[in-house]
Amino acid sequence: MARPLRIWPALITLLTAIAIEVMPLPEVLQPFRPSLPAMALIYWTMMRPERFGLLLAFTLGIVLDILHGQLMGQNALALCVVTYITVRFHLQIRIFPLWQMTMTVLALLTLAAAVQFLVEGIAGYGLSGLRRWPAIISGTLLWQPVMALLDRVRMQSETHASNF
Amino acid sequence: MALTTVDREPGQFRNASPGLQLIILGVIAIVLMVLDHRNEYLTGVRKGLSVLLYPVEVLVSAPFDLSKTLSESITTRDELQAENRRLREEALIRSASLQRMAALEAENARLRALLDSTAKVGEDMLIAEIVSVDMNPFRNMVVVNRGGQDGVYVGQPVIDADGVVGQITRDRHYTAEAMLLTDIDHAIPVEIARNRLRSIAVGTGELDRLSLPFLPGNADVREGDLLVTSGLGGKFPPGYPVATVQQVSSVTGQPFLDIDATPAAALNRMREVLLIKPDDQVGPDQTSAADAAPEQP
Repeated sequence: MARPLRIWPALITLLTAIAIEVMPLPEVLQPFRPSLPAMALIYWTMMRPERFGLLLAFTLGIVLDILHGQLMGQNALALCVVTYITVRFHLQIRIFPLWQMTMTVLALLTLAAAVQFLVEGIAGYGLSGLRRWPAIISGTLLWQPVMALLDRVRMQSETHASNF
Repeated sequence: MALTTVDREPGQFRNASPGLQLIILGVIAIVLMVLDHRNEYLTGVRKGLSVLLYPVEVLVSAPFDLSKTLSESITTRDELQAENRRLREEALIRSASLQRMAALEAENARLRALLDSTAKVGEDMLIAEIVSVDMNPFRNMVVVNRGGQDGVYVGQPVIDADGVVGQITRDRHYTAEAMLLTDIDHAIPVEIARNRLRSIAVGTGELDRLSLPFLPGNADVREGDLLVTSGLGGKFPPGYPVATVQQVSSVTGQPFLDIDATPAAALNRMREVLLIKPDDQVGPDQTSAADAAPEQP
């Protein structure tokens, strides 16, 4: 076992999350699209902070900015702040009971939205305001299934890695 | 499990404490945002990155394009024939009205020559498709499948069969970003077709609503009035339909009317759009703009 921690499961899940982020949805559902890239990022930095950190957050943020046509650095800044908190407190968050962890994710997603809101305000763009909440709520509600899925991906890849 | 510091050694940056990393990356992000917002320095970088990310867009939109192709290729002969017949009839009607247009255009040019004012210039069109990719949910933006390599430029007007759609805001080389006229940061100079009263239509962020916030209480606006581009501002060529006035209400004590309009273009259903390329001279005829009465009656 040359590399106990593989990167590709995380990268694949992140790429999938990005694909879902830009996938066309009916107009009614669009406000409810959760920020899956941010959630996957929170998961991986919480579980493997020694491997995934702020650099990944920054890169992911720039990718999202380009795809969304937003100011370059807006998502990057938001995700860096969120990742910092996740990495800093990963030991606590990891052993939280599920509902407490979900609340933490709610707080983190809200923080990411708040940073973006702030940036929009300073840049003088039209403000998204209350329209950010549906996505935060749906993201929080989806945290448990997303985490179960990512747990499975991580377990699989890690047991496989140790088999080789 | 040997969870290793060995793994971490190659990257110096990773060994820094998270706090330091946050400060460094945060500053970089802020500098990027300032540069991106204030200047055009990052246009090239952004274009390069967009080209790198182009495969993602292609991959994401592939299933949707495929389903479209499939539904096209399994339509029955009858359906095709019916569609063909309908399109023929439509083409006939259109070309009939075009004949009149040609005569009117000639007459218009003659009258303009008499008045010694510049003639309206012709325009080139480029057909583009909307890429099945969603952008920022808080903005009304779309990606079209034509970019700098096809001669698309920033500020280029976008229309569809029914009216003005918006304008190109960013060139991604293979694709381009277009801002719809309902975007909250978009405003378009319009005039009422009935009486040439000029104003500005501002986006509301909702795909089916524009607002005209700058018309005084005694302005002659009625529900059902057609708004067309006025050509002022030089971006949009004059005369294209923009919206229909939906509702006019005056709030007591407010100097301006509260006017809602519905965009003429099918902003949430369109698939194909046209990019207008005004011939060398940019669209609006300055003479008539200078001659016309000031905005408020």
